[in-house]
Amino acid sequence: MVYLYILTILALLISVFKSVDKTSKAVKIAVKKFINILPAFLSMLILVSIILFLIPDEIILKYLGDKNKFVGITLASFFGSVTLMPGFIAYPLCGILLKKGVTYMVLSAFSTTLMMVGILTYPIEKAYFGVKVTIIRNIFSFFIAIVVALMTGIFFGEIG
Amino acid sequence: MTFSAKIKISGFFAYICFVAASFILNFNPGKLIGTNFYSFSIEMLKILPCAFILIGLFEVWVKRETVEKHLGTESGFRGYLWTVLLAGTTVGGLYVAFPIAYSLHSKGAKLSIIFTYIGASAICRVPMTIFEASFMGIKFSMIRVLASVPLVIATSIVLGNYLTKRKYKVLPGK
Repeated sequence: MVYLYILTILALLISVFKSVDKTSKAVKIAVKKFINILPAFLSMLILVSIILFLIPDEIILKYLGDKNKFVGITLASFFGSVTLMPGFIAYPLCGILLKKGVTYMVLSAFSTTLMMVGILTYPIEKAYFGVKVTIIRNIFSFFIAIVVALMTGIFFGEIG
Repeated sequence: MTFSAKIKISGFFAYICFVAASFILNFNPGKLIGTNFYSFSIEMLKILPCAFILIGLFEVWVKRETVEKHLGTESGFRGYLWTVLLAGTTVGGLYVAFPIAYSLHSKGAKLSIIFTYIGASAICRVPMTIFEASFMGIKFSMIRVLASVPLVIATSIVLGNYLTKRKYKVLPGK
């Protein structure tokens, strides 16, 4: 987290040094984006605060934690594939789950399938690429997400 | 005001009243939900301003046009790299990528390039990755990008070549 602050401050300083005008524009964009996302954000926090109360931490850790890796990845990639959620909501949610003890590997499977596999965007994709190509592309994407999750698990020492 | 907005606002107020009442009446489940909400919000507020400022700076300083120019002229492996960069500047998810991919294709981009574009715009959008790294750490994002981009390019080439041989046509959407 400290790095994030240092990076942001450095980036801001360099930007101000190069052009005050552009920097103020950037800050305006940032504020605007923040305000735009705020309602969706509040809804997410409210839902998550209720859901995480209803599902005790032990249950979450039992299925998404370190003990049962196979079940965790399967569940995560399933939910990632069938839901449609903007990243601005998904990553904060992942951050909350990470703090709860859910593994990086499981969160990687969830977020990558969420971004790449689109069961809900299927009708749009089909309109451009036809049924067959849409299915092939989504299957490829699903396997890429699984590979990425396994790599994440290896590099974070969660597998092995 | 739309119907769904009305529902959302009344839900929001119901939630606040419920949590406030729980604290007054010492109702434990409600208090726990309230504390959950509070601690998550604090966590978010520590990260969000940085993430959004970095995204704002990115949007101001990086010009899409420069990337687009290279896409047409560079071919071979570099073409794929520029495609990934172009995808990095895309705003919005898959549903925005499809029409752009179609227009790239009609301007002459090969099938493997447009599949790379679709895959990369799902996983490498810079603002999204800034957001991800802010919450999950740089290491997480680096692993994800380094593991997925080569796979996306490889599968796109396989799929693209296979379909080109079969004289496949992309449809104009709707």
